[in-house]
Amino acid sequence: MKVEKEELLHIANLARLKIKDDEIDKYLLNLQDILNFSNIVNNANVDELKETIGERNSSNVFRKDEIEEFDNIDQMIKNFPEEQENMIRVPKVVQ
Amino acid sequence: MDITELTVHELQEKLKNKELTVTEITKAYVNRINEKEKDVQAFITLTTDDAIKQSKEIEDKINKKEISGDLAGIPIGIKDNICKKGVKTTAASKMLENFVSPYNATVMEKINNENLITLGKTNMDEFAMGSSTETSYFKKTKNPWDLNRVPGGSSGGSAAAVASNMVPWALGSDTGGSIRQPAGFCGVVGLKPTYGLVSRFGLIAFASSLDQIGTFTKDIKDTAILLNVIAGHDEKDSTSANVEEKDYTKCLKNDVKGLKIAVPKEFFGEGINEEVKDALEKAIEKYKELGAKVEEVSLDIANYALAAYYIIACAEASSNLGRFDGIRYGYRTPNYTNLKDIYVNSRSEGFGDEVKRRIILGTYVLSSGYYDAYYKKAQKVRTLVKNKFDEIFKNYDVILTPTSPTTAFKIGEKSDNPLEMYLSDICTVSVNIAGLPGLSMPCGVDKNGLPIGMQLIGKHFDEETILNAGYTYEQATKFREKYKAELKK
Repeated sequence: MKVEKEELLHIANLARLKIKDDEIDKYLLNLQDILNFSNIVNNANVDELKETIGERNSSNVFRKDEIEEFDNIDQMIKNFPEEQENMIRVPKVVQ
Repeated sequence: MDITELTVHELQEKLKNKELTVTEITKAYVNRINEKEKDVQAFITLTTDDAIKQSKEIEDKINKKEISGDLAGIPIGIKDNICKKGVKTTAASKMLENFVSPYNATVMEKINNENLITLGKTNMDEFAMGSSTETSYFKKTKNPWDLNRVPGGSSGGSAAAVASNMVPWALGSDTGGSIRQPAGFCGVVGLKPTYGLVSRFGLIAFASSLDQIGTFTKDIKDTAILLNVIAGHDEKDSTSANVEEKDYTKCLKNDVKGLKIAVPKEFFGEGINEEVKDALEKAIEKYKELGAKVEEVSLDIANYALAAYYIIACAEASSNLGRFDGIRYGYRTPNYTNLKDIYVNSRSEGFGDEVKRRIILGTYVLSSGYYDAYYKKAQKVRTLVKNKFDEIFKNYDVILTPTSPTTAFKIGEKSDNPLEMYLSDICTVSVNIAGLPGLSMPCGVDKNGLPIGMQLIGKHFDEETILNAGYTYEQATKFREKYKAELKK
């Protein structure tokens, strides 16, 4: 299976990543290499097997939905990339 | 006496006998860091000033008998993807260059409860994606056995810090070999516990179904002591297992008579360096001498497991790293006019090459049209791998393999070829795929004097058997008395 440039750019867009023009060939080559190798999973005899999703998926885990107050809100606010009156500043999203 | 040469249990002994004080120990390590860190570059953030302050407080409390506790005042290094409150936690990424964690990871709470003293946050591959610590945004850590070589990865900083005596022990994380491979490359002991034994709360997620926090130590007894500290159920991690608490030091019997060890022949085949093979064969002979029953078995899954690993790990990473969008924390691009620009430019400028490559690969294998061919198949291969291990563990207690196909490679040697770098994880990834515990310990050196790692794999939640197997071998061979990292160029 060969990965085309358009496909790479489509996938990058889905992942919200921009690949520079001069890096496209390198990404294509690397991706192709890794996918070719990964293709060996298709040689494994697994038709009869179920998928393992996660390590232990035998039971669900529940806890009470109780509110605990977080003790370090100041530090969270300090981590905001842009802040205004204790709120996160973002560009206008509604026209 | 050089304090920094000692293991933690030796330090404990000397603290107990009043031969040493907490402040003496902390100062000795801080001095060692001041002297050697420029050569090794194992840390992203040093907290040595705080450590000295803390050591005085702890010493004071010990003198006033306000705290007792066997580990009070022992220093430790923490991998920089484990959140420590009030300290930068960067995951070695530009994305989190200025992120100061507002909370502690559960393991960090446990470390603090024992009054251990954190000396710093150790370097790693960016978001733990790599096998050489070269993808770190900040620096390249050097292997203390040969400063021109990589320490392995992704927990290369923790491994190098222990091997160069800048910390007596350290925490790391292991998604596909990120504790065991650097432990092997740096001649120290590394344990990846069973998936679920140690809480992942506060560990920056890479691949959630594979990630596990574990230990770097100078010997096996220290591994058991540190595992006692970090293991245990945590309701903040829904995958954390509710298993009975154990004292792992109790399993160190120095006896392997009758222990059944399986040696999978496929892990000694093509691609495995001859010197690595020789060292492992000697180790096998030693186990036989010690009374273990060693038999060759077939475990023909290494290639399948590696392919499945990179599919699953990248798929999970592409989802986990979706949270880094430049909005609430982390890097935000200065170049934006609208919301999509913030997302795209923050991520493109904030992530390094390897991280982007894996996100793209993960997005690809999860996208419609490829989901069945790659992701679904990989999840089935995961079942196959687990079944194969289960089969072997019906008849054996331990599986013995090399930790890596080679010893430490040169800095830059594989950094341009991602696939070749991935292949260096061939011996370790299947353990994560199956969620088993794996221990790496040194079993010799090659002709360049570089350590060779041996991996011991155990049954789920049977850390005791591999710890005892490792301990017995260690007592019989005394690697640390024969070889030492000289920090030479």
